[in-house]
Amino acid sequence: MTRLIEEVHQLDVKGLQCPMPIVKTAKAMKELASGDVMQVIATDPGSVKDFAAWSKATGNELLESTAIDGVFRFVLRKR
Amino acid sequence: MDARIVILGGGVGGTLAANVLVGRLGHAATVTVVDPTGMHAYQPGFLYVALGQANGRWLGRDERTLLDKKVDLVIEIAERIDPVARTVRFASGGSIAYDYLILATGSRTVPEQVPGFIGAGQEFYSLTGALRLREELRRFKGGRILIGVTGIPYKCPPAPVEFTLMLEDQLRRRGLRDRSEVTLLSPLNRAFTVEAASKLVQPIMEKRGIKLSTFFNVDAVDPTRGIVSSIEGEEAAYDLLVLVPPHRGQTVIDASGLGDAGGWVPTDRNTLQHKQYERIYTIGDATDLPISKSGSTAHFQASIVASRIASLVKGQAPSATYEGRVMCFLETGDRRATTLRFDYAHPPVPPRPAVIWHAAKWMFNRMYWHTIPQGRVP
Repeated sequence: MTRLIEEVHQLDVKGLQCPMPIVKTAKAMKELASGDVMQVIATDPGSVKDFAAWSKATGNELLESTAIDGVFRFVLRKR
Repeated sequence: MDARIVILGGGVGGTLAANVLVGRLGHAATVTVVDPTGMHAYQPGFLYVALGQANGRWLGRDERTLLDKKVDLVIEIAERIDPVARTVRFASGGSIAYDYLILATGSRTVPEQVPGFIGAGQEFYSLTGALRLREELRRFKGGRILIGVTGIPYKCPPAPVEFTLMLEDQLRRRGLRDRSEVTLLSPLNRAFTVEAASKLVQPIMEKRGIKLSTFFNVDAVDPTRGIVSSIEGEEAAYDLLVLVPPHRGQTVIDASGLGDAGGWVPTDRNTLQHKQYERIYTIGDATDLPISKSGSTAHFQASIVASRIASLVKGQAPSATYEGRVMCFLETGDRRATTLRFDYAHPPVPPRPAVIWHAAKWMFNRMYWHTIPQGRVP
């Protein structure tokens, strides 16, 4: 059976400071299956660089990285 | 009637707050410190004990000797706080009523939350742990040493980096360096959360041949294979494993329904009041604030809270606010150190590691008992 709408897991790390967003994301991603997609919402400006580096280091693809009014949104696909 | 101010916890924050309050209010208030042991520990000393640079005797004092005579000290385990009736119940069955409550309960470590930690992993976040680690290091004749953190937040963010650099220094002095591999496991892609500090520390690590394993969030320890695994799915082998245990708020916070999932108290970042109960203030490790859990944080917050409560008792509008001030030293080994000073608005700009900062840290270690709890340092 194919999924009509891809399920997107959500993680809210607003208000958390470095390195909490990465640690929480790593923990949450561990519970997902390969290919699953997760959206992370953060407010720590340092997280932009951290998520890019984390994605590169771990092989989990960073599909999107956007910033609107101090809120950062990252979409990741599990390796 | 005199205002009743109750302080839970006789660590640096609770002791300082009590002394400042009686200084400001004299007999206009009764100030009571409730502490489960009545012994005050100087926790920054654990690091030096673990490395064999200090002995444990230096790290504890009778709390009574640090408190102003006008402060009451009650040795009891606070079991439950009723924020509506404004009482604190003790495990022994007694209770105490308050008009203002200061939660200075600190944090506790929960190594049992990491599979395999207890028994296989060493730590320096308790006196027992530091003494045990010191003996392990004494017996150490070379091998692979891993240092890492197992949960965030934890007390004293620079401690794992400091321990790593100071340990490498020790191994060199003991002639064990070329038989040892020292690796720091970091939850990020750099040695330390603060980027400016990482930029100072990483070249030192590189120069000394200390390895940095990035994005390694410790998940579990397998003592039979001598392996530690990360959430990211990597493994690393050790002969000596030194981990910062996970931290949580105290059980009284959980039992009273006053904290979040980690047992940290939801705290206003400026007034330090509980987000729901205005007569409850929180200082030090116990808050949920996204700043360092350190003695200096507790110190700066204690003065602010004492000032605010003193104003309220006198019928004045409180004006002191906490702006996120933190100050800490970061030992880099070879008898050098740097310092991190920052607040909510200003990230730290650490100076180059120098002998003077190491000397300043030692001066602070020696002066602590005679200055900090008494409020002799602003």
